Amino acid sequence: MTAVAEPGRRTVRVGRVSWVVHRRELVVVGALVAVVVGVGAFALTQGEYRIPLDKLLAAFTGTGSESVLRIVLEWRLPRVVIAVIGGIALGLSGAIFQSITRNPLGSPDIIGFNSGAFTGALIVTLVVGGNYAATVSGALIGGLATALVVYLLAWSRGVQGFRLIVIGIAISAVLNAFNDYLQLRADLNAAIAAASWGMGSLADLGWQDVVPMTIAVAVLVPLLALMSRRLGMLEFGDDIASALGIPVERARLLLLVLGVALTATVTAVAGPIIFVALAAPQLARRLTKSAGITLVPSAAMGAALLLVSDVVAQRIIAPAALPVGAVTVTLGGIYLIALLITQAGKR
Amino acid sequence: MSADLDSLRLPTAAARAREASTGIARSTASRWLLLVAALVVLATIAVGSLFIGSGTISAAEVWRALSQGGDDTNAILVTGFRLPRMLLAIGVGAALGLAGAMMQAVTRNPLADPGILGVNAGAYIAVVLAVAIAGTADLSSYVWWSFAGAGLASVIVYVIGSRGRAGATPVRLVLAGVALSAALQGVTFAITIRNPDIFDKIRFWQAGSLQNRQMDVFLGVLPFLIVGVVLALVVSRSLNAVALGDDLATSLGTKVLRTRVLSVVAITLLCGSATAAAGPIAFLGLMSPYLARAIVGPDQRWVLPFTMVFAPIIFLLSDLVGRVAVPGEMPVGIVTAFVGAPLLIVLIRRSKAQGL
Repeated sequence: MTAVAEPGRRTVRVGRVSWVVHRRELVVVGALVAVVVGVGAFALTQGEYRIPLDKLLAAFTGTGSESVLRIVLEWRLPRVVIAVIGGIALGLSGAIFQSITRNPLGSPDIIGFNSGAFTGALIVTLVVGGNYAATVSGALIGGLATALVVYLLAWSRGVQGFRLIVIGIAISAVLNAFNDYLQLRADLNAAIAAASWGMGSLADLGWQDVVPMTIAVAVLVPLLALMSRRLGMLEFGDDIASALGIPVERARLLLLVLGVALTATVTAVAGPIIFVALAAPQLARRLTKSAGITLVPSAAMGAALLLVSDVVAQRIIAPAALPVGAVTVTLGGIYLIALLITQAGKR
Repeated sequence: MSADLDSLRLPTAAARAREASTGIARSTASRWLLLVAALVVLATIAVGSLFIGSGTISAAEVWRALSQGGDDTNAILVTGFRLPRMLLAIGVGAALGLAGAMMQAVTRNPLADPGILGVNAGAYIAVVLAVAIAGTADLSSYVWWSFAGAGLASVIVYVIGSRGRAGATPVRLVLAGVALSAALQGVTFAITIRNPDIFDKIRFWQAGSLQNRQMDVFLGVLPFLIVGVVLALVVSRSLNAVALGDDLATSLGTKVLRTRVLSVVAITLLCGSATAAAGPIAFLGLMSPYLARAIVGPDQRWVLPFTMVFAPIIFLLSDLVGRVAVPGEMPVGIVTAFVGAPLLIVLIRRSKAQGL
């Protein structure tokens, strides 16, 4: 760690990768981590069996009773970990998309990625019939293919933000209609199960889901760190970026693939969860008062948002539980409305 | 967020003066001729739809059922199901087309559509609430809930989308519609997922379908459709002035606010009754006025009647395709989405706005 550039800023260097840290950013990230830890602990204590805090601590030191150990470590902890890692992936993905499109609405949800992933998964579960791995692959292929189609349709001497968004909305509409059709043809139980997955849910996930997801995120994040300088430059606009020696379209495509892969990781495990990728980067940017999109605060915000949403989803109509996506889609709609209103006020 | 989108607006003041005589059919005579021709096409398709169904009934049987009635299975299928379905397709199609045309004129936004702007989502959640809370069971009593939801949603989306100095730009309105639909979607889901019965009832209605609608559904919504259509045609002249922009319209003596309010009432009646009868149907309100404008130019006094004929043609054809294309029927709302969404993409791609 070296060099104080100006008050409140500090350059951190790890090997060949270096980045500038603002004091305000540190405070915000610290606060978000505190929220994650606090809400995470709450999530571990709540549920059908209440577990008091001292027993919870005992479980982590391995001294609790067998049943407490099982409830905390095998049932509840994986869900919390998935919410946190998934939130990080979604926050980063949203940050990438919003940087590339230079638009607060450019997020994987809006450009139809989720609808496509759901289509892929539905085709596998309802039509082809397949196991969990097949469903996951179906979701990935569907999501990636949709992102590609939207990107190509939006292409006309480069891809611009608004066209990408409206074309994403149009493609989503087609896919949603098709998804409705597939669900209509299914029997009621399969349709309800598919609809729950289609909303995005963290229920019934265990360590077998945590492991592949963590590996994927652990591979993608360093790649993103290597690309982060280019991402920052793209935010200045295509002209300036290419004047600075960035191969604009190629960098954008690479970043887009990274963003899609991060979202796909979450979708594969939990179904399409909207709103987190949309809102996390914007909320983080407001809190840090940063000029552009910042990756680390976006990731922290994503983790906090998804974890809190999941706790709300589990508790709001208890004893019944909602899929987390039903909470996030509502929050997302309200957030979008707020965004439209505040943007209007500024002009 | 908006300045670069002006080329997506419907033509205003100067542009309209230039475009007053655009469209394929420019003379009054050719427009009348085309309108009559379109009506003949509509009648042909409508009659044809009585002869084509998911089951096979011979043409002679259909004819006998229509002319003599009777209470054997075939006669009941034709007069009890196919006939009301055809009438409903015409009514719902005309209603959604008109509603779309009026929304496009009032918001000066060629992307406006009851489905895209969240009006359908409003009607949808109202109907879900009706089923879940009030225990409403039959389609014809959905209609009042549907009105309430449609009216509320259209006002909310317009208010959100038109805030700020830039006013209601096309993309802002579309986003406001998407946002409201999203917010409502989560709540609707929370209600339906807890009750498999409701979920089952709603999933068929939700996709937008004309299947198994009998005469009572058509007769139930007919009065509202008629009032909506009359209201729409009455304000069509003022809509021309509103399309010039608020300032110019006011200086020409048009009561802009009154036109807006009447339009919203008409849109609510049309969308609400259409949605109650057939479920949420997207993109029909986008396609039909677009086609009408391509033929007669921007004059609303022509756009509205042409839309009213084109929309049922598209809707009947979509319903026929859904009936015939796959075994077990594909709901018509799904077919219209498949046809309409590509048009939205073409519109966006063709817009000259470089900043878009």
